[in-house]
Amino acid sequence: MRFTKSLIPVIAALLFTLNAHAADDKFITVASTTSTANSGLFDVILPVFTKKTGIEVRVVAVGTGKAIRLARSGDADVLFVHHKPSEEKFVADGMGMKRSDVMYNDFVMVGPASDPAGIKGSETAEAALKKLAAAKAPFASRGDDSGTNKKELGLWKAAGINPKTSSGTWYRETGSGMGATLNVASGMNAYALTDRATWLKFKNKGDLAILVEGDPKLFNQYGIILVSAEKHPHTKTALGQKFIDWIIGAEGQTEISNYQILGNQAFFANAKPGS
Amino acid sequence: MTDISAAFATAIQLLITLDANLIEIVGLSLQVSISAVALATVIGLPMGAALALFKFPGRGTLTVMLNALMGLPPVVVGLVVYLLLSRSGPLGVLGLLFTPTAMIIAQAILVTPIIAALTRQVVADLWVEYAEQMRSLGAGPLRAVPALLYDARFTLVTAVLAGFGRASAEVGAVMIVGGNIDHVTRVMTTAIALEVSKGDLALALGLGIVLIGLSLAINAATFTAKQRAEAAWT
Repeated sequence: MRFTKSLIPVIAALLFTLNAHAADDKFITVASTTSTANSGLFDVILPVFTKKTGIEVRVVAVGTGKAIRLARSGDADVLFVHHKPSEEKFVADGMGMKRSDVMYNDFVMVGPASDPAGIKGSETAEAALKKLAAAKAPFASRGDDSGTNKKELGLWKAAGINPKTSSGTWYRETGSGMGATLNVASGMNAYALTDRATWLKFKNKGDLAILVEGDPKLFNQYGIILVSAEKHPHTKTALGQKFIDWIIGAEGQTEISNYQILGNQAFFANAKPGS
Repeated sequence: MTDISAAFATAIQLLITLDANLIEIVGLSLQVSISAVALATVIGLPMGAALALFKFPGRGTLTVMLNALMGLPPVVVGLVVYLLLSRSGPLGVLGLLFTPTAMIIAQAILVTPIIAALTRQVVADLWVEYAEQMRSLGAGPLRAVPALLYDARFTLVTAVLAGFGRASAEVGAVMIVGGNIDHVTRVMTTAIALEVSKGDLALALGLGIVLIGLSLAINAATFTAKQRAEAAWT
């Protein structure tokens, strides 16, 4: 018993130091998507903001659907995701303050370079999806209610196809993040929809290549919203607003546009001045 | 094959250069898992011993439940702790979500049943041996708890190590309650998961090799310490 008793102060000390560390810092929590974090953008631009303001930005990178749920529960101060209809609903529900555009890039359809379904060069994403469904070509879907997943389902709907009825056959729902889904696609030579930034940064491409791009419907807009203090009084509204002002302001926008992956611009800043 | 050889090269490189990020992540992993195991030990040892020594109605059921809880799925524990600590949850006011403390709580919940169940078995076996002797000395179960725990201390080290193995290897719970925030709640297992999702399999496996090495070092150190202590005792 002496042994166990001697552990109590040790634990108390450990818990205390950990908490002290957490409480001292000036920080905000941002619920964001795997694409922004996995692309490496945050690693480059957040230190610039922190250096200027002394505010640490803690990013929890999950799918858009989950990020919105985190923000709804009040577990984040700022929401930074990419599915405009969901974002507007979040604001309309009174969960968040104003929504601002931040940046965009695009989605691309990737698949085996040999392209057995012959979708390469399709004018539209819809046409490509129709070919995939007709050929019953393996397609790896996020299946996780993320922004990319919502986008993909919207495209299937526009193509007049319900892929869910084929779930488990050629339509494979991984239920995981973009990178994990690309790993699956790479492993089974399946087709997939991905945001361009994650694709550029992704290292386990295997035989996959970009097959369809450039359709205006593949546009990918990112937006930022301050979580409402009315619903969650503990949120750090002032610090969160500072971050939003910075990222949609001149400096943040320049940092975003300057960020490159392997010589390619990953995101295009498009915040409206004075918004 | 190239990924596997690249992984070993990456692991060696990370260790030789004492990569600052790696040190931070390893440090936090140890801090979280050791704290969780310490907490679980303080709760689990007496709990297991009491379950072995005291006779009360429902003891069998409780024992079965405790044994079953050794298989608690980390994701489920993470989810429950998340719901408790979320700002919308009952303990939300504490603001503990996405902190190392939340990770310690989740891992302690995972590890406590393991330590308690193994302790119960060890102490129950000892009690069979010593019960008569202790009773003749007028020592009831309450007095026997500390005595038997002390007597079994070398065996119980293995129980604690089993708990540590579980804590340091799990990813499901810490990912949910910690959020895998860089420099704040990123530990070895969540860093590995992140690198896998970036498709950097060599770096992920390299980190995995470092984690296994770390576990090996801790077990070797404990083994040596235990042997010395046993030698000094006998």
